[in-house]
Amino acid sequence: MMRHFLQIDGLSIEDLHHILDTTESFTSVDDRAVKKVPLLRGKTIVNLFFEPSTRTRTTFELAAKRLSADVLNINIATSAATKGESLLDTLFNLQAMNTDMFIVRHPESGAAEFISNYVDSHVSVINAGDGRHAHPTQAMLDMFTIRKHFKDFSKLSIAIVGDILHSRVARSQIEALNILGAKEIRVIAPRTLLPANIEQLGVEVFQNCREGLRDVDVVIMLRLQKERMQGGFIPSEHEYFQLYGLTPERLTYAKPNAIVMHPGPINRGVEISSEVADGPQSVILQQVEYGIAVRMAILSLAMSSEESLTAKGSDV
Amino acid sequence: MTELNAQQLLKDLANDLHDYLSDQNISDPVFIGIQTGGVWVAKALQSLLNNKQKLGVLDITFYRDDFSRTGIQPTVKPSKLPLGVDDKHIILVDDVLHTGRTVRAALNEIFDYGRPASVSLVVLVQRNGNELPIQADVAACKLNLEPTQHIKLSGPEPLELKVLEVTAHPNSE
Repeated sequence: MMRHFLQIDGLSIEDLHHILDTTESFTSVDDRAVKKVPLLRGKTIVNLFFEPSTRTRTTFELAAKRLSADVLNINIATSAATKGESLLDTLFNLQAMNTDMFIVRHPESGAAEFISNYVDSHVSVINAGDGRHAHPTQAMLDMFTIRKHFKDFSKLSIAIVGDILHSRVARSQIEALNILGAKEIRVIAPRTLLPANIEQLGVEVFQNCREGLRDVDVVIMLRLQKERMQGGFIPSEHEYFQLYGLTPERLTYAKPNAIVMHPGPINRGVEISSEVADGPQSVILQQVEYGIAVRMAILSLAMSSEESLTAKGSDV
Repeated sequence: MTELNAQQLLKDLANDLHDYLSDQNISDPVFIGIQTGGVWVAKALQSLLNNKQKLGVLDITFYRDDFSRTGIQPTVKPSKLPLGVDDKHIILVDDVLHTGRTVRAALNEIFDYGRPASVSLVVLVQRNGNELPIQADVAACKLNLEPTQHIKLSGPEPLELKVLEVTAHPNSE
């Protein structure tokens, strides 16, 4: 298994199923009186967040704590970086404290990989979202949620709706779905919110919800990234909702047992109506719940890599 | 390679366990098998002793003491203790008791589910090579083996127990 977990691209179908199977066994940790296993006791994990995040950071923190690791939360916006320290100096200082893993969220694409090139040979780096590039743990928890509801990816049609252009989540989801052999991946968005050459990712493009949602098994809504919307990509939020917002009526185009997913945080009344977000087909809160087990699996698999095991020889 | 009569050992084990339970005044205990061989033996004991309780299944991967050497095992399966363990009399079952490290891990895991009234350890074979102060309460047979010998239970149908020669000393039981 890999020492770093930076992107979905490059992994095999066996790798993905191995992560999903390992996740399955970690879900049982929630059933017990003590919601903790001693697997990573004595390891120190640093949440290195250069961008605000609630769900991702807290679920990584809970995952690490349920594995009995010690967790440091470093919020760079409020730390030494504002005093002028460089990224690598921050990193080397944290590494000098004998840390074992960095979980990195950064607004620039490629930041986690950059950091992985500079860490010691026993230290793992996990990408918790870098720019528009990738958010691989989010994609894995989405795949786990889908597999919980439908066993066989090769029979599934999946529609990803909304701001594909700015979405690292969508990119990682598309890669994962392609590796897992999904029957059909559709993206539904206005042209202004689609990257150039999107078709090359192996998706079918729709601009119209009625056609795009027809008979799909899974609807994945994306957040309209308001903070990245200065460029006039859409006329107005109101008009966006009129054309692309997921309402109960629109959801009827999909299969009756279709599930509705959203990586959060949701903008009610912008990309999704409250009736759908809180409705019976929504699995949005299950995604959050599974996020912990998926991250437990990925953290412990990364710590199981050959480099992590041989480099330090730290027998407990 | 030597083959042991697994069926006969199971019957002996069931008889000894029956006597042990009446000595201890334990009625209707909860069986917990350690993956994978322990689960097979626990199922067989339940049917021989007519125990109708749901079987608990323990995968001790998350509690092993060699994670920092070997990492996570690829075959990890979820643990399931359907009835909870609070105030229950637990019969912890494994196929072979060797170093005692698996049982140490299993006890730790059981106590993360709650506080049992008691735990008794039942194994098909207790062999030499113990590295921890852990003994079986009931064992169908005790074997003295060379460090190069390893006991392997295959199953579940039929259960077969063999003593194999291995070149390297096995790290775990």
